[in-house]
Amino acid sequence: MKRLDVTLGQDLRHPLEEYLRMDRIPHVWCPGCGIGTTLNAFLTAVKKSGIPRKDIAVVSGIGCSGRAAGYVKLDSFHTTHGRAIPFATGLKLANPKLTVVVFAGDGDLLAIGGNHLIHAARRNMDINIICINNFNYAMTGGQFSPTTPEKARLTTAPYGSYEHPFNVPFLVDSCGATYVARWTALHVRRLTNSILEALHHPGFSFIEVISSCPTVYARRNRLGTGLDLLKFYRDNSVIKNGANTRECDIRFQEQLIVGKFVDQEKPTYHDTMTEYLSQSVGKRYVPYQGPMQGKEEDGN
Amino acid sequence: MESKPPVLLTGPHYWDGDFACAEGAIAAGCRFLAGYPITPSTEVAERIAERFPLVGGTFIQMEDELASMAAVLGAAWAGARAMTVTSGPGFSLMQENIGLGVMTETPCVVVDVQRGGPSTGLPTLTGQQDMMQARWGSHGDYEIIALSPSSPQECFDLIITSFNLSEKYRVPVMFMMDECVGHMTERVVVPALSSIKVRHRRWYRGARDKYHPYVPAKDGVPPIVKAGDDYRFHITGLTHDQRGYPVINAECQHQCVSRLVGKIKDNTDRIVILEEDRTEDAEVVVVSYGISYRVATRAIDLARQQGIKVGSLRLVTVWPFPERRIIELAKKVKCLVMPEINMGQVFLEMERCASCFCRTRLVPHCGGWVHDPNDILKAILKGVKS
Ligand SMILES: Cc1ncc(C[n+]2csc(CCOP(=O)(O)OP(=O)(O)O)c2C)c(N)n1
Ligand code: SF4
Repeated sequence: MKRLDVTLGQDLRHPLEEYLRMDRIPHVWCPGCGIGTTLNAFLTAVKKSGIPRKDIAVVSGIGCSGRAAGYVKLDSFHTTHGRAIPFATGLKLANPKLTVVVFAGDGDLLAIGGNHLIHAARRNMDINIICINNFNYAMTGGQFSPTTPEKARLTTAPYGSYEHPFNVPFLVDSCGATYVARWTALHVRRLTNSILEALHHPGFSFIEVISSCPTVYARRNRLGTGLDLLKFYRDNSVIKNGANTRECDIRFQEQLIVGKFVDQEKPTYHDTMTEYLSQSVGKRYVPYQGPMQGKEEDGN
Repeated sequence: MESKPPVLLTGPHYWDGDFACAEGAIAAGCRFLAGYPITPSTEVAERIAERFPLVGGTFIQMEDELASMAAVLGAAWAGARAMTVTSGPGFSLMQENIGLGVMTETPCVVVDVQRGGPSTGLPTLTGQQDMMQARWGSHGDYEIIALSPSSPQECFDLIITSFNLSEKYRVPVMFMMDECVGHMTERVVVPALSSIKVRHRRWYRGARDKYHPYVPAKDGVPPIVKAGDDYRFHITGLTHDQRGYPVINAECQHQCVSRLVGKIKDNTDRIVILEEDRTEDAEVVVVSYGISYRVATRAIDLARQQGIKVGSLRLVTVWPFPERRIIELAKKVKCLVMPEINMGQVFLEMERCASCFCRTRLVPHCGGWVHDPNDILKAILKGVKS
C-alpha cells in the first residue's frame, strides 16, 4: 500500500522498504555514519541482483556495523563478536542455495575473527563479506583496531597508535579471496556495483568499505563531521582498478587507493568438495541432500 | 543401478565409543559436522569424515573450536541436524557460542569426550571434569541438558536421545562422554532403521506473515523455521522480544531469561532419565554417571556380598539435575555416595539437595584413571555406619 503525503504529493515510502524492517527504524547509527550508506548500497545491489529475497541471508558479528543484520528484512543473524564468518560457513554449507552475506566491522573480521577470515578466503567459501572499516572499534567507544592507521588517536591509543595496521585487500588476496574491492562510503554507485558483482561471484568475495565514523574516530582525531570525512574521501581517493594489493596500504590522512583489485574464477569450496569426493569415492558417493524439508518425517 | 551403501549399519559390531557415537549421530539424522581435532574425541570426526560422503552428510574441519560451534549454529538455522565434537580445551573455546545457541534456541549437539584437566592436562587419559562447565560454561543464566553414556552401546543410543532432546527443547545438548567410554571397544548392536525414533524439528505450521521466532508453545518452547523459506526472520544473541528483536531493558530480560530457564526447569521430570537398581531396601545409594557408574556397580556388588543394603542411582541425564528423586532417596537412606572423576562437581548439586535429610559422601578422583572399586566400597561402608 502506498502512503502518500497529500500536502507534498510525494510518495514517502522508502525505496528499499521491502528490504528493511521498517518496524525497527529509526536505527542506532549516528548522523554522518557510513554504515547506513553502505547498507543502502547493499540493499540496492540485492534489489538489482534479481536474487529472490528469500534466498539471501545476512550474518553479522557484533559492533555498530553488526547491527545491520537487525534492519534487513531478510533471514538475518546477529551472532557473536568475530564469528559471523564461521556461522555463515555453516549456513552456506547446510543450504548451498542460499546467497550468504557477512556484514561486519574491521575489528570483528580482522581482529577477533581474523583466523576465520583467512581460512574462509583460503577455502574460497562462497560467501560475500562486506567489511565496514571505520579504523576503530566504534561500538565500544573508539579503541584502536587492526586497521587503525599509525599515529591515529583512539581511547586505548591516547598518544596515537604505534601498531602496524593490516593492508586488508592484500591480506585477503594473499589468502585466496577471488573477488576483492575497496571503496569509501562516498563511492555509493561504485560500491553498489561491486556488491552486485560480488553477489553473483561464485566464491569468496571481500569488499572493504572505508566508512566515516564522525562520533568516535573523527572526533578523537579532530577530523570534523561526517561531511568533512566524505570531502576527504573525495579529495584523496585514487581509483586504481586492478591495482597490486600489496600497494594498498592506508596511512593516516593520506591517499586512499580504491577500486576493484581482484576478480578471478576458481572453483568454490563446495564445488571442489563435491567434485573431488565424487571422483575419489566414486559411485558410492552420496552428495549432501540439502537441509531438512520442514516435514514431520524429517529424520534419518 | 549400483546400490548405495546403507545409511545404517544394522547388526552387531565391535566398536569403540567414539565410532559408536558417530554412527549414532548418523542414525539420528545428523548430516552436518564441524569440528577441530582433539584427543580423545578425534575418532568421532574421523569416522564421520569417512562415513558422511556415503550417507549424504557434510563434514568440515574448521580452523578452531570457536569456528566449529559457530558453524554448527549456522547449519542448524539452515535446517540441518548438526553437531560438533571436542574435548576439554576445545569445549572451553566453544562456550561463548554455546551461549548463543542457548539464547537463540538452536537445536544441536555438542559432544565432549572428557579428558583430565585443567588446561592441556591429560590428553590421552580420562576425566569427568567438564561436568560443571557443561552446566555453567557460558556466561549468563541458563539451563542446559547433558547426558552421560557409560558404554559404546550407549554412545550410539544416547546420542540419538540427545538429538531428540535438542529438537524437543530447542537447546544445545551436551553429550558428556569420557576418554574411557570413547576408547573402550565393546559390542554395539545397531538396530533396524525402523526401530529408531527420531524426533522431527518443531517446525512452525502457522501463516507465514504471522511468524514470530519466539512465541512459545504450551511447554515453553517456540516452533522454529529455517533460512531460505521466505519467513525472513531475525535472530540475535541480544536480549530479545518474541519477534526476535533486541530490547535492552530489565522487563524483556526477565521474560527472555525466565522462559529459557523455565522451558528446561519446568520440564525436568520429562527430560530426566535415571536408572535405579536395588534402591528399595537400600540404606546407602551410590549416585553415579558415565564410566564411574560401571565402577560403582562393582563396588555395590562387593558391598551386597557383605550383606550391606546398597543400591544404585545412575544419572543418564546429569543436567537438568534430578532434584526430586535425589530428595526422595535422601529421605529414606542413611547416605548418598558419589564417585566422580573430578574433585566434586555434580556432587555439589547432590549435596545441596540431600544434605538436610542424609549424609553425603564424595569419592573424588583427580583423573587419569577410573576409581578403584574399593575406594567406593570404603565410602559405602562408612556411609552405612553413619
Ligand atoms: C567476545 C567479545 N569481546 C568483546 C566484545 C565487545 N565488543 C563489542 S563490539 C566490539 C568492537 C566492534 O568493532 P568493529 O568490529 O570494528 O565494529 P564497529 O563497532 O566499529 O562497527 C567489541 C570489542 C564482545 N561483544 N565480545
Ligand atoms: S559510533 Fe561511529 S561507527 Fe558507530 S554508529 Fe556512530 S558514527 Fe557509526
